[in-house]
Amino acid sequence: MKSVMRSLRSPLGRVRGLGSAHAGTEHWIGQRLTSLALIPLSLYPVVTFFLAANHGGYGALRDWLHSPISATAVILFLLVGFHHAANGLQVVIEDYVHCECAKSATLFVIKFGSLALALAGTLATLKIMLGA
Amino acid sequence: MVEFVLPKNSKVTEGKTYAAPAGAKRTKTFKVYRWSPDDEANPHVDTYNIDLDACGPMVLDAIIHIKNNIDSTLTFRRSCREGICGSCAMNIDGTNTLACTKPIEEISGDVRIYPLPHMEVVKDLVPNLNHAYAQYASIEPWIKTKSPSPPADRERLQSPEERAKLDGLYECILCFCCSTSCPSYWWNSDRYLGPAILLQAYRWLADSRDEATGERLDNLEDPFRLYRCHTIMNCANTCPKGLNPSEAIAETKIMMTKRQG
Repeated sequence: MKSVMRSLRSPLGRVRGLGSAHAGTEHWIGQRLTSLALIPLSLYPVVTFFLAANHGGYGALRDWLHSPISATAVILFLLVGFHHAANGLQVVIEDYVHCECAKSATLFVIKFGSLALALAGTLATLKIMLGA
Repeated sequence: MVEFVLPKNSKVTEGKTYAAPAGAKRTKTFKVYRWSPDDEANPHVDTYNIDLDACGPMVLDAIIHIKNNIDSTLTFRRSCREGICGSCAMNIDGTNTLACTKPIEEISGDVRIYPLPHMEVVKDLVPNLNHAYAQYASIEPWIKTKSPSPPADRERLQSPEERAKLDGLYECILCFCCSTSCPSYWWNSDRYLGPAILLQAYRWLADSRDEATGERLDNLEDPFRLYRCHTIMNCANTCPKGLNPSEAIAETKIMMTKRQG
């Protein structure tokens, strides 16, 4: 009973807390839509990437990435994939990390880390695509 | 953080063993969780060997037999003994269910009985449900209308089809077997409403007579209150009334999606 006695706030007061955030639906829809989108977006680059790599090695791979269709597919895969990963990891952190400081810091690292990785991947792809 | 190990004073130890009465022909062993706030002792599991010919067929009959004939200090809730009040919800043989509707013969081996998981224990098999009841109150489980009330001798009308939408919802007896089987509720019950309350919330969202659907959805639209449900489905597996809270939660999420555009 100790945790109940720690505060004299009513149980209903504790449950109502700070009220509803009026948010979460967009995040939930986003997670589902990106997971659906990732089925074709991950299949196409992975399959064509390995086909190119197996039939000509590094040079063929660079040629493959010169194609706007391949580069677009790779960039979309990177953007949607990292967005999906960030969304999913956010849920995991919110589930299991209850210390506000650790939670905020971890969410910051996940969001900006995902953004940075997506940006780096996109720029690398563009560099190869636009390169000679 | 999630707790991966039990605090020192939560480790369950072995308790007393009560032998079966002499001459008993059909005996069964019941291992029952015991904890009292009156001493500093850790929880322990007492072992009762009982004569099945001396008690009724359900687990609740056996617990009542233990209290009446073997150990009067055993504490538990019970009332209707026919699966309609939800008082005797507990963890039996590893699954949350109602002791009054769980036949002893369905359990092979020893019968292990614990309180509902991850709830504060008041004593023995009695969990503290204050927070869960407050969560129920927070969804305002009553009809809310703007239209003038019908005359005293008339009802608020509902078609048979509209009434059918409440089937599978109104039968919930608030035993909290589902909520206390949900890992998401274990980790975040301070903010997540849990399957029992979300099923009750949908019961009012699905009621054609209610006129506060938007306000109810506003109150639920929260990353924790509603969206901690990760479709684990333990709730549907364990419900002793055969209901499906995860389906009610999914319907609520669909309603949330529909009003986005």
